[in-house]
Amino acid sequence: MSLEGYRGKALDILSKLNVNIGDIIEISRDSFKIKGILMPSYSRDDSIIVIKMENGYNVGISVDNSKISVLEKRIQKPLNVMPEKEEKSEVKIISTGGTIASKIEYETGAVRPALSTEEIIQFMPEINEIAKISAEILFSILSENMSPDKWIKIAEAIKSAFDKGNLGVVIAHGTDTLAYTAAALSFSLKKLQGPVVLVGSQRSSDRPSSDSPINLYSSVLLAKKAPFGEVVINMHGESSDLYTLAHRGVKVRKMHTSRRDAFQSINDKPLAKVLWLEKEIKILRPDYHTKDEETTVDSKFDNRVFLLKYYPGFDPSFIDYLVDTKKIRGIIIEGTGLGHTSTELLDSFKKAAKDGIFLGMTSQCIFGRVNMNVYTTGRLLQQVGVVPLEDMLPEVALVKLMWVLAHENDIEKIKNLMLTNLVGEINSRHSLDFFPRWYHE
Amino acid sequence: MSELNYKELGLKVGLEIHQQLNTKSKLFCNCPTLLTDEYKFTIERFLRPVMSEVGEVDVAALFEWEKGKKYIYRIPEKSTCLVEYDEEPPHNLNEEALKIGIAMTLAFGGNIVDEIYVMRKEVIDGSNTSGFQRTSIVGLGGNLNDEEGEIGIQTIAIEEDAARKIEDKGKEIIYNLDRLGIPLIEISTAPDIHSPEQAKRVAFKIGQMLRLTGKVKRGLGTIRQDLNVSITGGVKIEIKGVQELDLIPMIIKYEVLRQYNLLKIKEEIEKKITKEEIEKNFIIKDLTDLFKNTKSKVILSAIKSNGKVYGIKVAGFRGIFGKELVPKRRFGTEVSDYVKALAGLGGIFHSDELPNYGITEEEISKVKENLNTSTNDAFVLIVGPKDKLDLATNVIKERILYAFDGIPKETRGANEDGTTKFLRPQPGSARMYPETDVMPTRVSKQLIEEAKQLIPPTPEDKIKSLLSTGISEELAKQLINNPRIDLFEDLVKKYSPKVPPMIIATTIENTVKYVKTQGGNPDLITDDIIDEVINEIYKGNINKDSIPEILTEYSRGNGKIEDIINKYSMISDSELEKIVRETIEENKEEIYKRKEKAFSLVMGRVMAKVRGKAEGKKVAELIKRELQII
Repeated sequence: MSLEGYRGKALDILSKLNVNIGDIIEISRDSFKIKGILMPSYSRDDSIIVIKMENGYNVGISVDNSKISVLEKRIQKPLNVMPEKEEKSEVKIISTGGTIASKIEYETGAVRPALSTEEIIQFMPEINEIAKISAEILFSILSENMSPDKWIKIAEAIKSAFDKGNLGVVIAHGTDTLAYTAAALSFSLKKLQGPVVLVGSQRSSDRPSSDSPINLYSSVLLAKKAPFGEVVINMHGESSDLYTLAHRGVKVRKMHTSRRDAFQSINDKPLAKVLWLEKEIKILRPDYHTKDEETTVDSKFDNRVFLLKYYPGFDPSFIDYLVDTKKIRGIIIEGTGLGHTSTELLDSFKKAAKDGIFLGMTSQCIFGRVNMNVYTTGRLLQQVGVVPLEDMLPEVALVKLMWVLAHENDIEKIKNLMLTNLVGEINSRHSLDFFPRWYHE
Repeated sequence: MSELNYKELGLKVGLEIHQQLNTKSKLFCNCPTLLTDEYKFTIERFLRPVMSEVGEVDVAALFEWEKGKKYIYRIPEKSTCLVEYDEEPPHNLNEEALKIGIAMTLAFGGNIVDEIYVMRKEVIDGSNTSGFQRTSIVGLGGNLNDEEGEIGIQTIAIEEDAARKIEDKGKEIIYNLDRLGIPLIEISTAPDIHSPEQAKRVAFKIGQMLRLTGKVKRGLGTIRQDLNVSITGGVKIEIKGVQELDLIPMIIKYEVLRQYNLLKIKEEIEKKITKEEIEKNFIIKDLTDLFKNTKSKVILSAIKSNGKVYGIKVAGFRGIFGKELVPKRRFGTEVSDYVKALAGLGGIFHSDELPNYGITEEEISKVKENLNTSTNDAFVLIVGPKDKLDLATNVIKERILYAFDGIPKETRGANEDGTTKFLRPQPGSARMYPETDVMPTRVSKQLIEEAKQLIPPTPEDKIKSLLSTGISEELAKQLINNPRIDLFEDLVKKYSPKVPPMIIATTIENTVKYVKTQGGNPDLITDDIIDEVINEIYKGNINKDSIPEILTEYSRGNGKIEDIINKYSMISDSELEKIVRETIEENKEEIYKRKEKAFSLVMGRVMAKVRGKAEGKKVAELIKRELQII
C-alpha cells in the first residue's frame, strides 16, 4: 500500500515527492496551511489528496495551486500474524470472508479480513466462557464472489473439523449469497455429527452497533450445544439485539438489503431461537435431523444451469439460446403465481425437454407452493415437460439442480431426485403462520 | 482568594458551539427534522467498543461499555426511518446543511476544504444507534472580531445530532430517536478567549451570526456550548452541554477556581507525603462488623441488603478531603464523583466530614483504631455490594494518587449552579475513523455560489433592514438579539402592511416579557400562538390593544387560545355606540356636575365594560361626539 487509490494529477505529484500513505505531509495554498497523515484516496476527483488531521478528521485538498511538503516518514510496523496453534477445540470457526470477518484499519480506514482464533477472542472474549474454539481462514472473499468450487472446499473443511473432534462448526460468510452456500452445504453433507452454523453480519464489525459479536457468540453456542446435525443460518431474529434465529439451510432467504433480521425462514419455521444473554437454545420444532455417527461429504456441482425469471414480454428465443449455444442441462423457472409463464414459451420448453434438459418450476411469489393443475397454462407447461417443484425456493432449487446434475445423467432419475425431499427443502404442510403480515394500522 | 486575576493565571478558553440547523430533512436521510413524543415501537440494543488496529480501545468508549448498559430506543414514525435504527446505510450528505457550513466558513473568512469526508466518531453511551456520530469538517480557519482581541476559528464541522435521552434507569437507558440525525453545525474557536465575560460574548456573537442565517432551529436545547478551559499548570478540561449563555462566566470562574485549588492541593501534599508512602500504607479493611448497630441510615440499609462497609486509610491526607475547591464542592466531592461514575456507588464518607450522617464519634475512633491511623492521616468509608467496593477502592486510590500530578484530563458536565461534575475521561483521537458508507463530496464552485446566499448579514446591516420595515430603532436593536427575529420576518411577510410591523415587533419583543411580569408563563407563548393572535388582528377580529390581555390570560393557563380570543373579539360599532349612550344615560347627573371634565369619567366607565373588545381611540371619539350632543 504505497499510494492506494491515487490516480492522475495527485499520483504524479505524490510519487515525485516520494510520499507514501501514512507519511505526515503539509499542504499549503496562499496563507492556508494544513498538516496531517496522507490517507488512501477514494475520491472521484484525481486532483484530491486526503489527509487525516491531528484531531482525527479527514479532509480532501486539491493539489491545484497547492504546495506539498513531506514532514515525516511513516515507520512501518510489521504486521503480526500469529501462527495458529494446533489445539483440540469444541467449535471450529471457518472464515470465508464478508462483513463479519473483517476489521477496520483505523489509520487508513481500510477494511481487512481478520479472524484468527486470537482475534476472535479479542473481539468477543465472552466466547471463551462458552466453548473452546479454534479458527481457520479458508478464504477472504466477498460473498458475491462465492462459487460452487468454493462450496466444495467449505464442505471438506467442515468434515475435517468434525473428524478432528469438534462438536460443531461455525462458518463466517458474507450475507449476500449466504443462503446459496447454506443450500449447497445441506445437499453436500449427507451425514453430520453436529450443527453447521452459517453466520454473517449485516452491520460491519467495525462499528459498536455491529450485529456480528452477538451473531457469532450465539452461533458458537449453537454449534456446541444444539441437538441437531443440520446446516443452519443463524442471524438476528429481530431488529433488537435480544435473540437470534437458526433457520434451516434450505428454507431460508435474505429478505432485506440491510436489516439485521434480513434472514427469514420461508414456507417453514426456524429450527431454533438462541437467547444469547441467557445462553439458552430454544428448539422451535422437534422434527430436526439428529446427529449422525459420522460426517460424510458428497460435494459435486454442475453449474450448467440457469435461473430464469419470467416477466411479461419475455422473448422465447432466450431459451433456445441457452439450450443451443450455452449447452445448459437444466433450467429453474421462477414463474408467476402458481407456476406459469406465457404460453408463447411452450414450443421452446418443449424443444428443450426433448433435448433432455430438466425444466423445474418455482414461483416468484417466494411464499407458497406452485400448483400447475389449477389453470390451463400450468397443465400445458407440464405437458411439454416442466416439473412443478412444490414449495422449493428458486435459489434452493437451482443449487439442488446443480448438485443433482453432478450426480445423475438420466432425466427420469433427475426428476425423481428433484422431487424427493432430501434435506428438508420441501415442506408438504404449510400453516397459516408461514406468511408475514405487515403493519397497516 | 476572592477575585481571580485571569491574566496572571493564564486562562485560556476555547468554545465549541453546536447549533441545530433548520433543514428540510436530516443529515443522512429524508426524514423531517421534527421532534415528537409519539412512538409505537421500541428496539433494544447493546453497544461495544471497537478495537483499533493496534489493539487499543478508546478509553472513553471502554468506559461506557464497562457499564454494561442496554439501550431502549423509542421509534417515532413521523421523524425516523431505518437509517436512524442503524438498519440501513446512510444516504448522501444533506446539501442544504453543507451549504450552511460553507456559508459560515465564508462569514468567518475561513477556508473551505476541497472535498468533504464524513468521519465516524465513536460514542457508545447509546445516544447514537450506530455507536458513532457522523461528522465532517467543512471549513478551517477564519476569525471573529471581539473587543478584547481577535478570536481564531479552528474548524467548522457539520455533524448529526444524537438521540434524545428520555430516562436513565441505571442498567437501561431510554432514548427517543427523533433528534438523531438532525444536522448540527459545530464551530470551534481557538483558545483565544481570556476572560469569563469574553467567553459569553463570543458565544453570543457566534450564536447571533448563526441565527442571522435564518437557517437554524431555536428554542431550548437547539444550541449547546462546550467549553475548553485551562490555566497555566492545569489541563484542558472539556465542559459539555452548556445551554444557557448566562451561565458561561460562572462555569469558567468555577473551573478556574477548581484547577487553581487542585494545584494548591498538589503543592500542599507534596510537602507532607509522597505517592509511594500513600500506596504503601493504603490499608483497606472490611469494617462491616463495626457498623452492625449504627445509626447511619445509609450504612444500615446497605448492610441489610448484604452490602459491606470498607474503611480505607489515606496516609498524610488529613484536611485534604475537606478542602473546598469551589462553593459546596470539596476535594472529597471530586473523589466521590469518580466513585459514583466509575464504580456505581452512591459516594464516599471521609474523615474530614465526620462525625455526621449518623456516624458517631465512637464509631470513628473504632475505625481509626482498625485502620491504625495517626493524627495526620485521613480515612474514607464506602458502603455497597462487595464487587462494587472492590472496584471503588481502585478508583479512589487512583484519583488520590493523581492529586500529586495535578488535574486529571476529564470531560465534565455543567451543574445548574455553574459548578461542574466528572462525566468521563477525555476521549482520544483513536475514536475517529472514516464513514465508508458515504461518498466524499467535492465542493464545486456552484455549491459555493449557492452557499453565498446564506452568509449571514452583519448585525448593522440587519438593523438597517429591520428599520426599513418601519419599526423603531430601539425595537430593531432589541430584535436583532432576539432568537425570534425570523418569526418577526415570517409574520411581516404574512400580515404586513395590514398589520403594521411595529405591532408584530412589540408583541414578540415586549408583550412576551410583559406576560412574565403579570405572573404568566412566557414559555407557553409559542410561535404558533403569536402567529394565531396576529392573524386574528389581520382578519379584523380583535384589536391590537387586546394582545397583552389575551397573551397574559393564555400564559396563565386559562384555557384554549381560541376561547380567549373569542372573549376579546371586537364588538361592532353600533353595539359600542349603544354602550356609550347607556353609560352617559346612567351617569347623567355626574356628567352635568363635572361639565368639561366629564369625559374622563365616561371614558373610564365605558372602558371598564369594553376593555380588550374595542380600541380606546375609537371609544374616545365616540364619547366626545355623544357628549357634544347632550
